[in-house]
Formats: sequence, structure tokens, C-alpha cells
Amino acid sequence: MRVHPVVRRLLQAVLVLWAAFTLSFVILYLLPGDAVLTKLGGADGGVTASPQQIAEARAQYGLDEPVLVQYGKRLADALHGDFGTSVSTGDDATHMVLTALPPTLAVTGVALVLAVVFGGGIAILGTYTRVRAVSQFLLSLPPLGTSLPTFWVGLLLIQLFSFRLRLFPALGATGFASLVLPAITLALPTGAIIAQVLAKSLRTQLAEPYIEITRAKGASRRRVHFGHALRNAGLPALTLVGVVAGNLLAGSVVTETVFSRDGLGRVTASAVTAQDIPVVQAVIVLSALFFVLLNLAVDLLYPLLDPRVAVVREKVTAHG
Amino acid sequence: MPGHSPSRLLRAAALALPVLLLTACASAGGAGAGDAGPPRPGGTLRLGLSSNPDCLDPQQVSTNAALNVGRQLVDSLTDQDPKTGAITPWLADKWTVNADSTSFTFHLKPGATFSDGTPVDAGAVKTSFDGIKALGAKALLGASYLATYRSSTVVDPATVRIDFTAPSAQFLQATSTMSLGVLAPAAYKKTAEQRCQGDGLLGSGPFVFTSFKPNQEVVLSKRTGYHWGSPLWAHQGEAYLDKVDYKIVPEPGVRTGSLASGQLDAITDVQPVDEPQFAAGGGFTEPVRPNPGIVFNLHANVTRGVLADVKVRQAVSKGINRPEVTSTVLTKNYKPATSILGSATPLYTDLSKDLAYDPTGAEALLQADGWVPGPDGIRTKNGQRLSASVIFSAVFNQNQSVLELIQQQLRKIGFDLQIQLHTNAEATQLQQAGNYDFLWYNVTRADPDILRQQFSTKTGNRSKLAPGNPLDAVLDQQSATVDPAARKPAAEQAQRLIVEQAYAIPVFELTQVLALGPNAHGVGFEASSRLQLFDAWVSAA
Repeated sequence: MRVHPVVRRLLQAVLVLWAAFTLSFVILYLLPGDAVLTKLGGADGGVTASPQQIAEARAQYGLDEPVLVQYGKRLADALHGDFGTSVSTGDDATHMVLTALPPTLAVTGVALVLAVVFGGGIAILGTYTRVRAVSQFLLSLPPLGTSLPTFWVGLLLIQLFSFRLRLFPALGATGFASLVLPAITLALPTGAIIAQVLAKSLRTQLAEPYIEITRAKGASRRRVHFGHALRNAGLPALTLVGVVAGNLLAGSVVTETVFSRDGLGRVTASAVTAQDIPVVQAVIVLSALFFVLLNLAVDLLYPLLDPRVAVVREKVTAHG
Repeated sequence: MPGHSPSRLLRAAALALPVLLLTACASAGGAGAGDAGPPRPGGTLRLGLSSNPDCLDPQQVSTNAALNVGRQLVDSLTDQDPKTGAITPWLADKWTVNADSTSFTFHLKPGATFSDGTPVDAGAVKTSFDGIKALGAKALLGASYLATYRSSTVVDPATVRIDFTAPSAQFLQATSTMSLGVLAPAAYKKTAEQRCQGDGLLGSGPFVFTSFKPNQEVVLSKRTGYHWGSPLWAHQGEAYLDKVDYKIVPEPGVRTGSLASGQLDAITDVQPVDEPQFAAGGGFTEPVRPNPGIVFNLHANVTRGVLADVKVRQAVSKGINRPEVTSTVLTKNYKPATSILGSATPLYTDLSKDLAYDPTGAEALLQADGWVPGPDGIRTKNGQRLSASVIFSAVFNQNQSVLELIQQQLRKIGFDLQIQLHTNAEATQLQQAGNYDFLWYNVTRADPDILRQQFSTKTGNRSKLAPGNPLDAVLDQQSATVDPAARKPAAEQAQRLIVEQAYAIPVFELTQVLALGPNAHGVGFEASSRLQLFDAWVSAA
């Protein structure tokens, strides 16, 4: 039985979302304790609720029902976009995530642009230049960039540009100025990865026989580098963008904490710590949806860079 | 995630940058006007909190971050003098309590209104108390204060009677807390969850809720026309500040740096490592107040292992060098424990002699009890090692360091303390199951009845004592009357029994350490060491 590729992609996407939902539920369920215990036991005051109170609260949040019943109910609700109410904040989980999304997207968006521009720039310049020292210097930056801890970089930038030079605010998410430092912090490790991968594939491409042939045909150095090598080397780097987007989201946990911003990272970190299943599931399913769409977009961009990918796809389509 | 939360890593990183921090601060000294002249109305206080107040409704919350916000929004029936612990008028100008402390009648002051314009009358007070009771476990602190609540009765519009099914002396102090702060009847037309987010959070306090951006900021504005403040406060009428802008700044290094560079006016939870930079001057001040209630302690489960032996528990108490804990891991702002209750708690008894460091006494006690040093220095008796574990969570930042130091101190007397870090949920689960040797915790409460909550066999019973023990009797006695003359001996006897039997081993008093920039003045503490911002003001920047 043959399925249309688009239908197959959609089925895959649904499967990914379901798996993300289920895995997050299983993991949170396997952890000792639950959101009610965290909430009723974790007060600064140190007062802990009586076992009866804990039982009552569990009943209020539907945590007293058998696991499979809880799972079924949550799944059914999630299909309607309802992930339930956060135990720790009392807010609607979907609302919490949707509110936290824009500030995170703003930072990660700017960070991604910075990472592509500077990461790509370093890789291209580093492989293009004939000055050995410049090349060595530029190509030594990416390994350094990946090894610096994000939180350390963030604190360092705050100390320099906010506390000492007073150019940017250290706190909050109001206006473009508050975006600059967190975006740079986040862009650094991501840009470094992009630079490493792109530089490596550029070098590989430049050593290929077809480059020699192109050169022999009299193509200029610039044309060889940008017209041929970069075009072919771009493919793995583009695939990487899908992966680094995940890095950016993970990095936002740290940057949002350092820069006192609201966002998906903060919401996720506190929800995981509190074992707040509704919120964690809303975050995970939404992120999974984001990745599914992103990778779909990357797939659709492939043929523009490499016609061979399109040929394969047409063949498949023809059989469908 | 547990054990390696990002903020732990961040804190470690912050410690790696002290040089930059100090230079940043050194350049910030001249930022403010620094004059502490007469208070002026107007302006905004930008106040850095260390954690997100997940919920803003003071009736539902129990974290300091949230209580520090909620206190400004609601008034209480009574107030408590932070200096003497005495209960004083606020919304109620007088009250009577029956002989066995089961019935409390409050006479309300005229003229107070909620921010929706409705009067603070007996009906509103009844609706509010019924509302807290209905919250059940969602109102963790309120539920413990109202455990035996029977009902409220409107005697007349200005008089409300609140009845209990059992003697409840602690209730009088509880009426002074923000947890039993009074909300307008209209608030209960919203769900508990909506009130958490600020929707329907209608109090009669000196500030009103304005906006809440989770993980970022909470803004409160001055309540115009407010004139029913507590007589304990420094001035009467409206609050000085136009606005309070709480900024949520989880990373301690950023919090201190933001204050030093003038991006914030005041911060809470100054870390011990950061205290010196604000104590040094430069226009900065560092208000501190120890928390009342149960101090940080090793609470023993007397049914388990070596801790079943009272001599072992007493030896552990003698083997802990409390001044060394506060002077090395903490700072001089933190006091060594001198009782199981903090020194700021009403009816606290000074038992410092019983809690003096006495390693020789500890060793003699253990030797006489048959515990002899083994090859690794840890004592043994009949093949049993002198070892017990302590369960803790990272609610207070320095917990791990403090316990590591205690571990070293106890090793010197041949006692092996195993320290076990858990998430809050795990620690609560182990505590509920009774599955621990020692628990490490503190509780903030400005009333000695907190001892009954944790030690009575009818309530928390964290020591797992048998019913009918002498401690139970005195704990019941102190809960049966609000008369200090009768209550004091019982409360004192309870503290003495706990310390002498070492049911729990007190170590140090948790202290709130604030830092204020040159612009901020009058940021005060109420009796439970939470923020009171009514008298706070900012000088012109």
C-alpha cells in the first residue's frame, strides 16, 4: 500500500507529537513525588500540609486517578488544545506557554540571525582568505565559542555592558535594547556550531575534483568559492539550522534566567522543577510542533540548493 | 534537573566574577543623592525579588516572594508589633477572646473600604474567612491557622465573631498575618486561580494590584484615600510611594549588580558572599531581621537507628559549633540558634547554655554510652556505626554548605552525618512517609504555637513521639489561652523539653537580608520578617 508523501509526512508529524506528549507524561509520572507535593511541601515557610490536605489537593487537580485514566483525559483534552491548569500558578497551561512564546521567539530570532551572519561569515572568510594567520585566527574562534559556558558569557556581558558601561539594561524585556545582550549570549554557541560545520564542509568541497575542473575552465576564485563550493556546502549547514534552533530553545533557559526575562525557557525550567505536568506537556508538544514545521521547511528548501534531492522526490511522487 | 538546576550553576559562575562585580560597585557609589531627609511622597520603588511569586493572592501563597507582594495589598484584623510581638489594632480596634480561646469577637474600625469601594464590614470579614477555609489545601498557611475553624457570625455590621471547635490561641496572632488578610466579597466571585493572577484581588490595603508579568515584574499602585493604616506604622494616611515595581531577578549576581549600578532601588535575599559590598557604605544600607518561628534545625526521628538513643542526640547537639556555622558559611547577620524558636518569636526562651559547643562533653557522653571510636574515627557500638542521614532541599541557598560544615564538626566527635539533597517533592514525600533520620528545615511564624504544628503527636509529629508524652501536654496548654502570663510557662517548658531531649537540634536563625540603594528609605519588616512598604519612600533621583 502506498501513501502520498505529504500524507506520510503529516502522519509522521502526528506520531512525533503523540510520542512527545506520551514520553513527557511517562517521565514526569516516573519521577518521585508530584506537583502537589512540590507545591505543598516547598514553601519557604517550611510548613507542610497534612496527608489529608495533600490527598484533597490531589483530588482537586485530578492527580488521584489511575495513571491511565489521567493519561487518557489529558490526551483527549490536549487534542482540543487544552493542556489543563498549572498546579503551581493556577494559570491555564496553554495560555502560559503562548504568553511566554513571543519574548523567547524575539531573542532566539535575533540570535539565529546573528549566528548565521557571524558564524557563516567566519567560515566563509576563514576558508576564503589567503593570509594564513587570518585564516588560522578565524577558524580557531568556533571551537572557543562552543566551549564557553552560556551563563558565564551572559554574566560577563552584563557586567561589562550593563553594570559598567551602562549601555544596555540588565533586566527585563522592554524594547530592543533589552534584546541585545541575551541575543548575543545565545548566538555565540550557535554561531560557533554553524561556523564549524560550514567551514568543514567548505574545505571538503574545495578539495573535490569538480573544483579543480571548474578552476581549470577558468572560473575566478570568488566564483569557485561562492558559486560552487558554498552552494554545495550550504546543504549540511542548512540542515543544521533545524538542529541549532533546538539549541537556541535550550539555551533560553539559561539566558532568560541570567537576564531576568520571561519566556519559554523560564516557564519550562520552573514547570519541570515543580513537576507541573500540564505546563511541561504544553511546552513539549508546542516545541515538537515547531520542530516538525521547521524541518518541513528545511526539507522544502533542499531542492533549491541541490537539484538531486528534487529528482529523488519526484521519483517517489511518480510512484505514489 | 534536580541537583543541577541552572540557577545553581549560575550561582557558581557568579562567584567566579567577584573582581568584576567589585569594580562595578566601586564605580556606582556616587549615583544617588544619598540624603535621608524627611520622607517625600511620590516615585517608584524598583525592588528586586529572587523568585517568581507564582500566585499573588496572599491567602493562597506561602513563599516569601509572594508574601512580600501580598502584604501590601491586604489589611488584617490585627497587626503585630515586630519589637514586642504584641497583637495590636488594625482593621479591628478591639477584640475579646473567651476563656478557652475558642471564640474571638472583633469590633471593626469604621471607614475602611476595599479598592472596589465596598465597606470592610462584618459580612465581608465572614465571607473572607469562609473563603479561606473553602480554599482547603490551596491555602496552606491559612488552612493551618484555621484547622479547627467552625464558623464566623455577623453580630452586627461592625462586629464579627469567629468560633473554633478546639482551643486556638494561635488564631489571634494569625489574624495579623497577610495569610488571613481580608479580601472584598467580590473577590470570591472569581476563581482561586483567577485571584492568583491578580484578577479580583481586591483588598483594603495601602497598595492596589496593577499588573503582573510572570517571571518579570509585578506592579502595585498607591491606594488613594487610604487612612486606616495600622497604628504601628511610622505615618498615617496614604503610602508615600506612587508605585512599587517588583522585578523578578533570580540570579543573585545580577540582583546585586543591578542594585550597585542603580538599575534597582532595593533587593531581597542578599547572598552571604555579596553582603560585604553593601555593608561597606557608599550610600547603601542593609536592613536585616531574623525570622521568628522554628530555626533551621536537625529534626530527629526518634524511632530510627542511633537517633532512638537520647544520649546520641544530646551528643550531636553538643558537637555542633553554631557560632562557627554563622561566622564561616554565613555572615554576622545570621545568629546562632539559642532555642528551637528564633529570638524574634514571642515567648522565646534563651537556652543558649544548653546549646553551647562542648565536644569533650559530647565525647564523654558517647563513651559512657558504649560508643567507641572505630578504625576510621567513626564510633561503633555492638557492630552498629554511629551514623545518621539528613534530608534537605535547596530552599535556602546555603543549606548544603551549612550541612557540610556540620558534617565535619560531627566527624570530630565520631559521628557520621550523611547529607542527602532532594527536590522539594522528594523531601516532602520522605517526610510524609516518616522515612528519615534527620530533617533539615525551618518554619517562619511569629507565634510559639508553631511548635505544636511540628512536634505534637496530634499534628505534624516530625519526631515520631508516642502520644501522651510530656511535650504534648505543654503544647496543648500553650494553645489553650491567649493570656501571656499563663501561656509563657507552657511555651518555655516546650522549648526546654525539645532542646534537652534533643528531639530537634537547633542550629541557626534564618535572617532576611535586604540591601537598599542610596535612593530607597524606610523599607521595613513586619513581625514575621516580611516586607512592609507603607513607610517606604524614594528620594529624588
